[in-house]
Amino acid sequence: MPTELLKEKPAARPRRGPGAPGRGYGGDGARPRGPESPVVAPLTAFIAVGAVLAAVAMLFVAFTTAYLARRQEAGWTPIALPAVLWLNTAVLLASSGTFEWARARLVRADPAGARHGLGWTAGLGAAFVIGQLAAWRQLAAQGVYLASNPHSSFFYLLTGAHGLHLLGGLVALAVVIVRAHRNRYTPAAHTGLAVCALYWHFMDALWLYLFALLFWL
Amino acid sequence: MGAVAVREAAAAHEAHDESFIRHYIFSLDHKTIGKQYFWTTMFMGLVGGSLAMLMRRHLGWPEQGVLDPAQYLQAATMHGTVMIFFFLTVILTGAFGNFLIPLMIGARDMAYPFLNMMSFWTLVPGVLTILASFFAPDGPAGNGWTSYAPLAAVAKLSTGAQWGQTLWAIAILFVLISSLFGGLNFLTTIINMRARGLSMGRLPLTIWGIFITAILALLSFPVLMAALGMLILDRTAGTSFFVPPGLLVGGQLVRDRSGDALLWQHLFWFFGHPEVYILILTPMGIVSDVISTFARKPIFGYKAMVLSLAAIGFLSFLVWGHHMFVSGMHPLLGGAFMAATMIIAIPSAIKTFNWCTTLWQARIHFTTAMLFAIGFVSLFVTGGLSGIFLASAPVDIYLHDTYFVIAHFHFVMASAALFSIFAGTYYWFPKMFGRMMNETLGKIHFVATFLGIYATFFPMHFLGTMGNSRRLYSESFYPFLAKAPPIDVFISISAFVLGAAQIVFIVNVFYSLVRGPRAERNPWHANTLEWQADSPPPHGNWGPEEPVVYRWPYDYSVPGAAEDYIPQTMPAVPAGAPAGGEGE
Ligand code: HEM
Ligand SMILES: [Cu+2]
Repeated sequence: MPTELLKEKPAARPRRGPGAPGRGYGGDGARPRGPESPVVAPLTAFIAVGAVLAAVAMLFVAFTTAYLARRQEAGWTPIALPAVLWLNTAVLLASSGTFEWARARLVRADPAGARHGLGWTAGLGAAFVIGQLAAWRQLAAQGVYLASNPHSSFFYLLTGAHGLHLLGGLVALAVVIVRAHRNRYTPAAHTGLAVCALYWHFMDALWLYLFALLFWL
Repeated sequence: MGAVAVREAAAAHEAHDESFIRHYIFSLDHKTIGKQYFWTTMFMGLVGGSLAMLMRRHLGWPEQGVLDPAQYLQAATMHGTVMIFFFLTVILTGAFGNFLIPLMIGARDMAYPFLNMMSFWTLVPGVLTILASFFAPDGPAGNGWTSYAPLAAVAKLSTGAQWGQTLWAIAILFVLISSLFGGLNFLTTIINMRARGLSMGRLPLTIWGIFITAILALLSFPVLMAALGMLILDRTAGTSFFVPPGLLVGGQLVRDRSGDALLWQHLFWFFGHPEVYILILTPMGIVSDVISTFARKPIFGYKAMVLSLAAIGFLSFLVWGHHMFVSGMHPLLGGAFMAATMIIAIPSAIKTFNWCTTLWQARIHFTTAMLFAIGFVSLFVTGGLSGIFLASAPVDIYLHDTYFVIAHFHFVMASAALFSIFAGTYYWFPKMFGRMMNETLGKIHFVATFLGIYATFFPMHFLGTMGNSRRLYSESFYPFLAKAPPIDVFISISAFVLGAAQIVFIVNVFYSLVRGPRAERNPWHANTLEWQADSPPPHGNWGPEEPVVYRWPYDYSVPGAAEDYIPQTMPAVPAGAPAGGEGE
């Protein structure tokens, strides 16, 4: 029986480590005190989204190194990028602006204005995705496909990967909009909206980065 | 968004009726999800083990031609793939991580139970895909678990490459996404759901191991996902990310464009090296806890243990080049990777010494769990030492891709991680299933497994130094391997013994599940929080009162204490005792 193994008592030893007397280790835990306090701080959502963004960043770091390495080698002929990308960039930047505007309205206790701003953000985000698809069609019309040359492969790969992540952001935004319509957010507490904005701005910055990479390098 | 979801989930923990589907299939309860992972991965372990037996059957007597060359490569590839991606990676975090984290930190569940369920249900399609690839028209992938380009990138180049290799890539994408979902939960849960009084400095080392594993996964898995994405495009859409210029197959130019085959190796190993530590940091934590419990002594050097886990985690991102010494990299770069790799040995050694010093002069209780934990230390040392040989570039140029490497990583990763899984299973089985495992069968299992592993893998060092390369169909091709066949026969027989020993384990698990004696709350007299819950813990883990923590988890054999263990929930000054002895 396993418990029999525990019968004999070993010799005593001095205490060590955190919690030993005179060591001064407090222990605060993560849980706020008191039985009635909320189970989870809003911080959880930020940590979660921060972790997601770190993972997304690593994905694109990998793509970037592949891109930079490939660029050094023979057979690299840059394709001419469609001009509609500039428009798309402006649209995406504007969507970040409307998102911040929506948040500012919410904080100033104007939920209707906030819903309005969120609606614009979603519209502009969708417009960006459509614009990217238009860019793909333009390229395809010129006979530049995924497998045409290394630069075009990377162009489709990077815009596609970014687009998928942005679509994820749109789904999250849709949830936020539904919740905003149910008045779930208050000027003081709107974690869901705030983390969604964080993700959205990250997608925005990521696109600027990718565009610069594809355009200049 | 998150806060609300969690609060709702917490409210849902009050006793309530659950339908069968909600309870056993689409469960949100971390314990049920942990068990789902446990059974799924144990099954995959069996699949991987059977493939190993098949390989050894062939390698012991290659002239009998049990497998043809292509089948042999497929068996080897799928053995590695299944064991690394579908067994070790997933059982450590999926089964142990899910089951233990909330229990060991005093929470009622994960921060995001729904995400947790999604994590398991993303794994399932991955498992089905990899199993389906066995039935693909030309069989499963056969290019090694590393699937080097261009072999894996061009469909015409190898057997199993029409469908199998693509299914392989898709299946692994599922596993990685599933692990990322899990890791996200682990991070947020450990950071934010700890019980009152449980500071990070009081976390059990198992939790520290899982925590750092989750960070490594978060930063390294996306890199492999990027590479897999490009591989799939190369295979299906005609791109040439990994297809080098001027590649001829059967006299025909594969493609008129150029890619970079070496890029795959860089991306793969940038993931691959952290991955091997993903497979060992959690085991290190498990073993630390088991050793401390059964040595009835505080773990030696708790802070050093945590810091060395973190150091290993950090360094593991800087050493991937040691897998590529023969790839033609610049010697200076090779030197840098060599130095970084040697440095990793330091934190690894710190951990080993701390386990030994914990055992030093202890009154050790040789339970099966403890035997496996000590076995882990032995295997880890053996494998770590061969790692130092391989880390030295000049030596590695000779030993690379030989059986020496196979021996190295089967000791340090495969067997060591396996031992920690056994240690963890024997140790936490009472908590998981409410019954004790049979110690006699357990000890038979341990002795046979320990001897079987050394007998199987140690001789591989000799094969390696003879120059026997890995993935070799038969030694008879090379005159200098004339001495190898008897060694191979010996290895194969040992491997069969090792395999048979696992039947004892399976029998023990199922026998104990129905016939084992009922477990009390704290059968091992351990300190950590999970032993304060019922065995098995109810839905919501703790009843009405959540635990409050007053001390670190390693207060064993404290002088003057009534028992040789003091649970973490015991207040610093026990109620009724004269004040002044111990302040918090
Ligand atoms: C003392 C620390 C270690 C050192 C110095 C070290 C060094 C090395 C080196 C240089 C190689 C490349 C050999 C070659 O392919 O020619 C290698 C391979 C490998 N190591 Fe280690 N290692 C160490 C610890 C570990 C640990 C802890 C694990 C896993 C838990 C591990 C898993 C592996 C695996 C899986 C491979 C082979 C991958 C393959 O080619 O399939 N190593 N190691
Ligand atoms: Cu490595």
